[in-house]
Amino acid sequence: MSTVEQELPNPLVEGLERLPVDPTTLVIFGATGDLARRKLLPALYNLAHEGALPEHFRLIGVARREKAHEDYRAECEQAIHQFSRRAVDADVLKGLLEHVKYVPGTFDDEHVYDELRKVLEQFEKHAGERLNRLFYLSTAPTFFPVIVQALGRMGLAEHEGSAVRVIIEKPFGTSLAQAKELNRCVLAVFSEPQVFRIDHYLGKETVQNMMAFRFANGMFEPLWNRNYIDQVQITAAEDIGIGSRAGYYDQAGALRDLIQNHMLQLLCHVAMEPPVRFSAEEVRNEKVKVLCAIAKPIAQEIDRIAVRAQYSSGHSGGEDVAGYLHEEGVRENSSTETFAALRLEVDNWRWAGVPFYLRAGKRLARKVTEIAVTLKPVPHLAFSQDGSLGVRPNQLILTLQPNEGVTLQLGAKIPGTRMVIRPVNMEFLYGTSFLSQSPEAYERLITDAMRGDPTLFTRNDEVEAQWRICDPIVKAWEQTPGPLEQYEAGSQGPRQAQRILRADHHWRAI
Amino acid sequence: MSAVRDSVWSEQDTTPDAIEGALRELLAERHAEHGGFAPARVLNMVAFVERQYSGEIANRLRGVGRYHASRLVVLSYHPSQRSLDARVTVASEGDPQPGELALLRETVVVQVGAQHLNDLLTIVDPLLVSDMPTLMWWPHGHPQTLEALISLAQAVLLDSIDEPAAGAAIDRACELSRELYVVDLAWLRSTPWRERIAATFDPVPMRAELGQITSVTVTHHPASAVPALLLLGWLSSRLAWQAMPLAGDGALHGSASGPRGEIALRLRPAPALQVPGLQGLEIQTASGRLVRLDRGRGGLCAHRRDPDGRTHTWTVLGASRGEAGILGEGIRQALLRDPTYIPALTAARAMLPTDRPRQPKGAAQ
Repeated sequence: MSTVEQELPNPLVEGLERLPVDPTTLVIFGATGDLARRKLLPALYNLAHEGALPEHFRLIGVARREKAHEDYRAECEQAIHQFSRRAVDADVLKGLLEHVKYVPGTFDDEHVYDELRKVLEQFEKHAGERLNRLFYLSTAPTFFPVIVQALGRMGLAEHEGSAVRVIIEKPFGTSLAQAKELNRCVLAVFSEPQVFRIDHYLGKETVQNMMAFRFANGMFEPLWNRNYIDQVQITAAEDIGIGSRAGYYDQAGALRDLIQNHMLQLLCHVAMEPPVRFSAEEVRNEKVKVLCAIAKPIAQEIDRIAVRAQYSSGHSGGEDVAGYLHEEGVRENSSTETFAALRLEVDNWRWAGVPFYLRAGKRLARKVTEIAVTLKPVPHLAFSQDGSLGVRPNQLILTLQPNEGVTLQLGAKIPGTRMVIRPVNMEFLYGTSFLSQSPEAYERLITDAMRGDPTLFTRNDEVEAQWRICDPIVKAWEQTPGPLEQYEAGSQGPRQAQRILRADHHWRAI
Repeated sequence: MSAVRDSVWSEQDTTPDAIEGALRELLAERHAEHGGFAPARVLNMVAFVERQYSGEIANRLRGVGRYHASRLVVLSYHPSQRSLDARVTVASEGDPQPGELALLRETVVVQVGAQHLNDLLTIVDPLLVSDMPTLMWWPHGHPQTLEALISLAQAVLLDSIDEPAAGAAIDRACELSRELYVVDLAWLRSTPWRERIAATFDPVPMRAELGQITSVTVTHHPASAVPALLLLGWLSSRLAWQAMPLAGDGALHGSASGPRGEIALRLRPAPALQVPGLQGLEIQTASGRLVRLDRGRGGLCAHRRDPDGRTHTWTVLGASRGEAGILGEGIRQALLRDPTYIPALTAARAMLPTDRPRQPKGAAQ
């Protein structure tokens, strides 16, 4: 039973910042992996530090390697010390680790699930009550169906008198067919309200702030449509290369890694209608409507709406850096794109005719994630020709990182005797205006999943709608493997990116 | 951690106009030095402190870390101070990293004396950032000076345990809450306890038992009766109990009238507790259930006895915030609004013993 489904209200929760979370055992599959060490375990510690974990909280790590409970606890302790965002309180950490156990084995081995059941039952016996169960699939995607089916087969997908939920990490499929198959497999075992498909971007304060920006401020909404907006550019640029992630990245590429999930979510936040209320279903309904309003690309037009490229050697951060094909772990002659850009249109009453440009890439000039909304030019300029030279259409820029904020670009007169105009920035930076430190996305998302609140998770139809847009492009690119156009590391990206823009449009400088 | 870098200006026998000018100049200098220096614009905070304790207050404020108000104006008072002397500090946590901001925080310390007290409004007003919430903190009394500045503020920070008598503290908070949002550190001391009670009774079978509570006992540091009363006041207001005056001297006892009967209420001082705040809480219900929470290392020790006699003991994890953490939380709360505080305060006032001396308005300090 989730707290959000209960009818009898709890009058004591009014005004509390930290809402109660039902007693829970969290089971992490892939418990010794990078994500668990760097993100999940530190997030759990920080929740414990703040008193935000349930009264009864237990953790079970499941992974392939044989090790004793004590050894796994020692690994957890080391990871928490290394990656926690706050100084570790020894008593809290000790209390957290006291309730950690480890189950070794391969994910297709039924003995693992037998052992898991025993530990789950021991925990409940010790707690003296039923504990909710939350399975976190932090493994390679190939194991998602294996684990889900095993949980179903072994009767672990339900538990009388308590809630059973599953968090599935990204990527949720690598094609539309795979995403559909994975949904079919998952929904054969769990019901949709039990399933939490994670896109950690949605847990970031910055993305949630976009909803506040659009729906808590009356001044922008009258302009937020095709009558006033000329184009929208969404950029996720990184200055780093692939680092040690070649194994994953060379299979995925920029389109699957960033555009299919995070960037389409950003597009949804820009283009969605105001939801009737901020419930999980209402918000997700509005996002799905946006995705459904984007036409599925047809094979013949993909060259006109999509660009891909790879970085070559160049300079980044004052150092010489290798090109993608020379990075360690990358396949020889790999045709995986490290840069992808798309032009999409949202065919509905509000947005018809407004291009949404999306681009994501590695080894670009700098790290920035932003949404730039360009308004249409003013209909008439009364200034002299010289004076009007600096007049540009207004731009509203929502920066998500590194400095979260809002910039409004306006035309202003240059001081002097002549009427000469140039663009200036009116800037608001979130970091200057709040005392609180943003919680890590995983802290928020784990808590929401334990509470059964799916608002910040992706629904089954949402993930399929995202794939419906990207799948034809993936297929077209797979059929024409390359070699790919190269762009110099540390640059603005490939020249060909200009190809998908309308004649009068330009990419914003990164 | 990077070192704090300060830019400082000071002047004796100065004017508010000159102080404000110095603030603007220091900010402009830092911004010209590097575009990544940006002034934080969150909250004005005005503190009125006695000069001999100003070092202690500065230490307390240093401990709040990231919850530091973006502009802090300290009025350092000594009756014999003749001139208006001021020191302005614009501080940053190190230098901006490429692509990132380094926030600037401003502190203005103004030495004031008895002769300035009638002019405090015209001294302080020019030093505040317009259109930003202002929090007042008067840790050393002098209520008449607070009242002189009340028109500038949206919130006031109190610590009701500083008052020698709980009744006077609650009266004072009630008075102030008519004009300003009150952030009482005594209330914040009860937050983890309130969260845990809410969590304990959140599962559906337990919610029904909220209407069957028969007794509540709160143990507290001898000087922390106010957080204990506020905790009882909170339960009373949330569960629609009719609060009645408690009786006793030190330990208090009495009852409240709930929709389904009487609830016995007890407050017990715990002289062994070394830190301000609450020591423990015990709730019993008509079904025979008992829930107990006690302060412990690394969190609260929880104990539950079910109606069938089975018992369970566990630790509810959570790090102690310490006094600096509570003060920081108080500053942060000045930007929020807790709708349950005033009803809890009102109920706590109704529980005060009837034989206590009533405080005249505005004279609680």
